[in-house]
Amino acid sequence: MRYLPKSDQERHEMLAEIGAASIDDLFASIPAEYRLARDLDVPRQQAESEIVQYFRAAGEKNSTGYASFLGAGAYRHYRPVIIDSLVQRGEFLTSYTPYQAEITQGTLQAIFEFQTMIAELTGMDVANASMYDGSTGAAESVMMAVRVTGRHKAVVAATVHPEYREVLATYAQHQGLPTTVVGYDAKTGRIDLDALDAAVTDETTAVLIQSPNFFGVVEDIPAVAEIAHAKGALLIVSIAEAVSLGIVRPPVEADIVAMEAQSFGVALSYGGPFCGVIAAKEQFVRQMPGRLAGQTVDGAGNRGFVLTLATREQHIRREKATSNICTNQALVALMATIFMAVYGKEGMRELAEHNLAKADYAAKTLGGQAGAKLRFAGAPRFHEFVLQTDEAPAILNQRLLENKIVGGIELSRWYPELKNCTLWCATEVITREQIEAAARVLADVEVEA
Amino acid sequence: MAAPENPGPHTLGKVRPHPSQNEALLFEKSSPGKRAYKLPPLDVPAVDADALLGSAVRKHHAELPELSEIELIRHFTRLSTWNYAIDLGMYPLGSCTMKYNPRVNEFVARIEGLAEAHPYRPDALAQGILEVLDLLQRCLLEITGMDAITLQPAAGAHGEFTGILLTRAWHASQGNPRKKVLIPDSAHGTNPATAAFSGYTVENLKSNADGGIDLEALTRQVDEDTAALMLTNPSTLGVFEHQIHKIADILHAKGALLYMDGANMNALVGKVRPGDFGVDVMHLNLHKTFSTPHGGGGPGSGPVACKKFLEPFLPIPVLVRDQNGPNSCPDAGDWEDTNAEPTADGCPPLFRAPVLKPDGERVGDTEPLPLHPQSGELRWEYNRPQSIGRVRAFYGNTGMFIRALAYILANGPDGLRQTTEDAVLNANYIRKKLEDLYELPYKTASMHEVVFSDKRQAAKGAKTGDIAKRLIDYGFHPYTVSFPLIVHGALMIEPTESESREELDLFIDAMRSIAREVEENPELVKTAPHSTRVSRLDEVQAARKPVLRWKPQS
Repeated sequence: MRYLPKSDQERHEMLAEIGAASIDDLFASIPAEYRLARDLDVPRQQAESEIVQYFRAAGEKNSTGYASFLGAGAYRHYRPVIIDSLVQRGEFLTSYTPYQAEITQGTLQAIFEFQTMIAELTGMDVANASMYDGSTGAAESVMMAVRVTGRHKAVVAATVHPEYREVLATYAQHQGLPTTVVGYDAKTGRIDLDALDAAVTDETTAVLIQSPNFFGVVEDIPAVAEIAHAKGALLIVSIAEAVSLGIVRPPVEADIVAMEAQSFGVALSYGGPFCGVIAAKEQFVRQMPGRLAGQTVDGAGNRGFVLTLATREQHIRREKATSNICTNQALVALMATIFMAVYGKEGMRELAEHNLAKADYAAKTLGGQAGAKLRFAGAPRFHEFVLQTDEAPAILNQRLLENKIVGGIELSRWYPELKNCTLWCATEVITREQIEAAARVLADVEVEA
Repeated sequence: MAAPENPGPHTLGKVRPHPSQNEALLFEKSSPGKRAYKLPPLDVPAVDADALLGSAVRKHHAELPELSEIELIRHFTRLSTWNYAIDLGMYPLGSCTMKYNPRVNEFVARIEGLAEAHPYRPDALAQGILEVLDLLQRCLLEITGMDAITLQPAAGAHGEFTGILLTRAWHASQGNPRKKVLIPDSAHGTNPATAAFSGYTVENLKSNADGGIDLEALTRQVDEDTAALMLTNPSTLGVFEHQIHKIADILHAKGALLYMDGANMNALVGKVRPGDFGVDVMHLNLHKTFSTPHGGGGPGSGPVACKKFLEPFLPIPVLVRDQNGPNSCPDAGDWEDTNAEPTADGCPPLFRAPVLKPDGERVGDTEPLPLHPQSGELRWEYNRPQSIGRVRAFYGNTGMFIRALAYILANGPDGLRQTTEDAVLNANYIRKKLEDLYELPYKTASMHEVVFSDKRQAAKGAKTGDIAKRLIDYGFHPYTVSFPLIVHGALMIEPTESESREELDLFIDAMRSIAREVEENPELVKTAPHSTRVSRLDEVQAARKPVLRWKPQS
């Protein structure tokens, strides 16, 4: 086996030095009746060339070459080449969690830079080193709010990503944490502020909204914050599209921001690994889950970084920890760090502007076709929009697929009231030609006789 | 000619010092106007952001750094050289299974059709990746001897959470979710944190004199309120619970379940299967046993495998195979049919489509589990009324599934078994070569890791943490320090199968040399490391006055 650095001769010599007659001696503590007396029924050992061939075939079977307007929490952006060059350096790739600070300063400084840039973008004071993804980050933010406020009821906007809400339901079910869902304004697609006002009480621990929300609409954060804070509840803002922060006002009124940073240079990879992160106001840092890198000095006064405030964490506090999280998404956070540094101050703005322009053009072009209209047209959007068509989405999407276009995702799957509505996304990688091709298919609807 | 006065850089074991570059923070290197990006010309009309976004527009640019591409390459390359890594040498962190991360795994995970697949693309366009997931699921079920699996959890602790929720859902379906989870005092910290997170009370189970499960204590503590025992096997001492079947029987007699923390599966793969020794539900760490890279702390992946009776509760969605296309079978959503043979009217066996039987019975076919796709379309099934729900968005850390499968394919059945044997061989070799100098608190047979204590060295003032730091000077990453908690001053050493005898011998030499240093000059060890860019860092200051982000000097 090519990964194993031993000859049979060496194995025999080592066994002899141990004083074992055979390798089976070393497995003697396993009761004989449980020992596997046969080969595992898995594929035979493959050559590297066969492995590459197998996965290439799988990739081809996956159907490539489509123009995709899918978004909904997973966004296709251009990934600068240096990201993969750098994260494949073995010193990053094959290093463990930086508990031994003296020999992991590289990872630690990069985490510190990640935390700094996330805090800067979100308008928060501090950010952690990452969470599994945006959905678990949002759910853990609500648990964090419970620890901060001592209250045990949550209010969640219906316009938070439906799968994020499902994850929150899973996390909350045994925490004695009932959640109330607040609907949206049918005209703007924003959270219904009157309904929110009615739902938030003195027992509410936090209000969780998403902005831009699941429909791509930017929420009125100051107004939501006012309602939450008036009753002493925290405001948690979930951000599924990190690139929006290049041009959308950061949610500075929030107490906690739970973000998915996949857009920062992370491949779609069929939904993972992505990069969640929690940012917050400084006073809540001791209730945060996950790892934090902090700056300090060594004995000679040199600057260095360590994992800090570990008394929040499971390896110290066990059942009293702020979370059970251990492994996070470090290497993916490094991708995001490099992405943020590549685009930098000017680039993040310019990139976000391109997204805004593409989506605006797509929304107007598609929404302008006969039999189609733009929903929630009255509110500010980033790069997603909801299209309502006379034609059933299943049929429309089939026609688009025949033209090598993956259209918007059908919303009735989560919002039965949004009949014939699809959620479209146009990032900077979508071309005008692709938008216009989709519009032609849309316009080409057969009229039933 | 006489030898030069200065013989050159000092060599210690396998290392000698060489310069490393200083590198400031990105923000300190930034200067306005520098760029590392270039966007293509906008092919649609430019927009007025103020007009489109109104009060929601960002007024001030985020203060991100401004650097050129070469500076970024140097920045992150320099940082990387400050890290120790498996690629540089042995990384014997017990419990973490720091094995070689094959490069072909990285290569195949980046194949365009896989890496660029959107999670919401129609199932019909995702058949390639779904075949990968299906084959991985079947391999992991075969390796664990379990009946059903979810790949969704993002890491080991997330898998624990999922597994305990399955346990809870099953108990609830029996009429009582129960109140407590038993956890041995040798367990990983994630275990009690998980149980608490899942709404259970944690009850500590004291280990016996061998560091294993105390059957009498277990019998006393298991009652009708006990949901499960969370057991790591082999234990964190690297010891196989040889009374495992009795443990399972004691639990099952009271209706409690056996959860296995699969962190130490690297000691078992191909030799013994948890499903065969009474485990009801377990998680795997693909980033440990199945070689997906640790990446400085993640991403991981923590699939959960379970017995058939827990299958209805698995997180949604689950992967199913329709042999006659979607919705062709009226019972397709019925979990009870999930393992059934195809019925007369062509209804498919769902979920795993176990085409091959474990007893090897195959008509006219002597090949192992076929690499190539089975017939029928794969799709995600959401209609699972008893499911615990989702534990994360989408389907899991797919990029890690690709890597783990590539590892399994590279090994095959013979390679997987040899890997396990070599991992156990290496740990026992280290034990044999160090047990005269370091105290072995438990004499029970070691599997893939060995745990010493610092008892003899601590008497001279050098504790496990000091020895660990001194190991850095010898060119090794430290072992796991002060864990498991049942060993005072633990040195937990897991070499994995990836170490050659030469590397093991260098490690052994280093450990023996340090033991001598402790005798002769303990101060040298207590103040280690002496060869790193930074010496021991002030953790108290870091925690007392946290500086968690850079700020411009005012």
